[in-house]
Amino acid sequence: MALLETHGLTAFYGDFQALFGVDLVLNEGETVAVIGANGAGKSTLLRSISGLLRNAPGHIRYDNAEIGALSAPDVVRLGIAMVPEGRKLFPSLSVEENLLIGKYGRSVSGTWTLDAIYDLFPVLKERRSSPGTALSGGQQQMVAIGRALMSNPRVLLCDEISLGLAPVVVKDIYAAFPRIRATGASIVIIEQDIGQALKVADRFYCMMEGRVTLSGTPGTVSREDIHAAYFGAHKP
Amino acid sequence: MTDHVSSAWTVTTRTRGTSVAIALIAVVIVAGFATPFFAPRAVIQDLFFILTMLVLAQCWNLLAGYAGLVSVGQQAFVGFGAYAMFAAVSLLGMDPLLAIVIGGLAALVLSVPTAFFVFRLQGAYFAIGTWVIAEVVRLSLAQWKALGGGTGTSLPSGATRDMPGVRLVADLLHVRGPQATDIVCYWLALVLAIVTIGLIYRLLRSKQGLGLAAVRDNREAARSLGVDPLWTKSFVYLVAALVTGLTGALIYVQKARISPDAAFSVPDWTAYVIFIVVIGGIGTIEGPIVGVIVFYILQNLLADYGSLYLLFLGLLGILIMLFAPRGLWGVFASRSGIQLFPIRRMLAARTDTKND
Amino acid sequence: MNWADTIIQGVLLGGLYALFAAGLSLVFGIMRLVNLAHGDLIVLAAFLILLLVSTLGLNPFVAAAVALPVMFAIGWVLQYVVLNRTLGDDILPPLLVTFGLSVVIQNGLLEGFSADSRRISAGSLETASIQVGPISIGTMPLLTFLSAVAVIVALNLVFYRTSLGRAFRATSDDSSTAGLMGIRSERIFATATGIAMMVVTIASLYLGTRANFDPTQGPARLIYAFEAVIIGGLGSFWGTLAGGIIMGVAQTVGAAINPEWQILAGHIAFLLVLLVRPRGLFPRAVD
Repeated sequence: MALLETHGLTAFYGDFQALFGVDLVLNEGETVAVIGANGAGKSTLLRSISGLLRNAPGHIRYDNAEIGALSAPDVVRLGIAMVPEGRKLFPSLSVEENLLIGKYGRSVSGTWTLDAIYDLFPVLKERRSSPGTALSGGQQQMVAIGRALMSNPRVLLCDEISLGLAPVVVKDIYAAFPRIRATGASIVIIEQDIGQALKVADRFYCMMEGRVTLSGTPGTVSREDIHAAYFGAHKP
Repeated sequence: MTDHVSSAWTVTTRTRGTSVAIALIAVVIVAGFATPFFAPRAVIQDLFFILTMLVLAQCWNLLAGYAGLVSVGQQAFVGFGAYAMFAAVSLLGMDPLLAIVIGGLAALVLSVPTAFFVFRLQGAYFAIGTWVIAEVVRLSLAQWKALGGGTGTSLPSGATRDMPGVRLVADLLHVRGPQATDIVCYWLALVLAIVTIGLIYRLLRSKQGLGLAAVRDNREAARSLGVDPLWTKSFVYLVAALVTGLTGALIYVQKARISPDAAFSVPDWTAYVIFIVVIGGIGTIEGPIVGVIVFYILQNLLADYGSLYLLFLGLLGILIMLFAPRGLWGVFASRSGIQLFPIRRMLAARTDTKND
Repeated sequence: MNWADTIIQGVLLGGLYALFAAGLSLVFGIMRLVNLAHGDLIVLAAFLILLLVSTLGLNPFVAAAVALPVMFAIGWVLQYVVLNRTLGDDILPPLLVTFGLSVVIQNGLLEGFSADSRRISAGSLETASIQVGPISIGTMPLLTFLSAVAVIVALNLVFYRTSLGRAFRATSDDSSTAGLMGIRSERIFATATGIAMMVVTIASLYLGTRANFDPTQGPARLIYAFEAVIIGGLGSFWGTLAGGIIMGVAQTVGAAINPEWQILAGHIAFLLVLLVRPRGLFPRAVD
């Protein structure tokens, strides 16, 4: 049963159309990767779901309710948390405060508490009182993921986690995903870097120029087909 | 205005109705100069008030609407110009006409150190900074005992009657001295208004004017185009101070009595001026003209209600700012496409060359 | 002339100016909004307390306690309904709308209460004083100063130790990302203005009991508050207290030399600080 679903989703920045009817399904407990080159519309898709971009109603369903027209604060209160592109830590807040603000104004119960986050990313505990922006890029990404988890979301949206990070750091961060999945969260991962994303995903969608060009299960689709869908070199 | 772009296109600032507008403006100017020949003194005094408020509004609009400098302290230059004029007439025995020029120059001189201080404040704080400066100038001049200290003083009797032109006007129109003074002041205000609007129009159409728009819209982009925002803004600030000072001096030649509280009044020289520009339409030359007419009508209808009238004016300003931020003229211009003083450059198909 | 006495009076007066300024500092720190009606809102609160004292016969301190939630609500609604609409990159709308508001409040008060100057009676407290060696310290000025310190401590606690304070700082940093955390920035801004109006109420209690006030006094209070904020440096509450004290001392010292120089001396102190330290004495914010 689909937990989150988009139907013919379109999105615009002023006159510029960024999405042309995207259909995506995320089932309960599933991890889905959305891959594509820069400008393919992946981030626009996530921004639409999370409410950063407001949409016409009728195109995004979550938990049997229409959420396309809701604002970001309303969406996160329903249980969809986002790790934004570029991490976007709050410079005026310490690491711990950045984590705490992830559940602002709500009493949420569940697995993810401060201690659980520190257990997942032990390095953050040592640096809990530093300003969030004083950390290395990888550590900042851990804070951003922890901050989203603090709301104990049913759906976690991750926008370009590997962007600007060294491969070894990316590997470390992705190592945390099995534990996140184990708590029952459904996950959407947006990546330009195909390797890591496909390793943790159950299914994937490939996007190009605002449309889904290929979808399937990693391992059953050939590298050539993915390559073609990603770059549009030879359309299948 | 035909900067060469390509054979088929031309850059123009003309809009529909430009030639109608030129004719209209000419008629208004001629009628303006002729009015004293048939209008009673009260009308001349009202027109003087309208014209001086218009000049102040154009100056404030130049600052806020074009340079993004929201000043709440232009009364500093009104008052300083007026006091300098008073000092020149009362203490130095200068002719009031010359003293008006002195008033403008004094305001210009004052604006240099003032700019030095207020330009250290960003955005909104600039506004209150200008206010502080105005308070400092007011409190300082209130210490000047020779000009009446805190209670103020009057121009020496006869000073304005001996002004050049006054006797001539009195003889020519068969009016008495004080009325002739009003007429001369009115003509001066008319000239000042025409020159100010003309100068602002030319400034906005010039290269510096384009730079100004760039500075207002995007400071970084302007810098990358080689426009120095600080220099451009300072220039505008100084020009506005000069004209505001001239206007202040002229207003007080006609009033012939001054006090610090009146000459540096925030309601009279800043609040009214802001309402005129906001109601009429900020960022256009036409806006203050429309605004001053609406303001004059409202004042005649409602001024008897005192504080209720001001309360209404404040509410009107807030509502316009929230729901029609381009003001009355902005709404009219966007519906009709008419501009009396077109400064927006548009690409238009050339009609004088054949397309091949 | 006793200099120690003059300076102590100045420091205590500075407490009043810090109270004027703290709300302005809070609101600017969170939403970069300069409320030109801030001074008029102080005078409005003073009239509210006066009304409660004269009609219900309340003690002024009790009346201020009653006025606190009322002013919070006024601030909340004002921000939520009107001022939030003006926020954005353009500085014209907030400035012009709050300037209009200043005119509206001033003339509304003139209409309702006339131009007569009023005073809130604090009974025997008005003349009470404490003798410290050769110097006599008025109880009310001392109370004003202690209230200012208490307000600054409380604002710092809220700002740096509570989840509301975290939301204030997060929204100020990046309101769109704060939205992803479930923070509704419109409500955060409304709450901030509400709190600023509670500080304004405390300020107005001392404004009204310490000297006469009338509906036209708001703009001058705004200017003193503004000067204290700039002297202290944007974004620092303790800096705002220091700025208030500098203003207070400058004014009393100026007045001690020549009573006509009181206000001028405060402005000149402000301009001197602006000359030497354009970003104030204790700047925190980077803008």
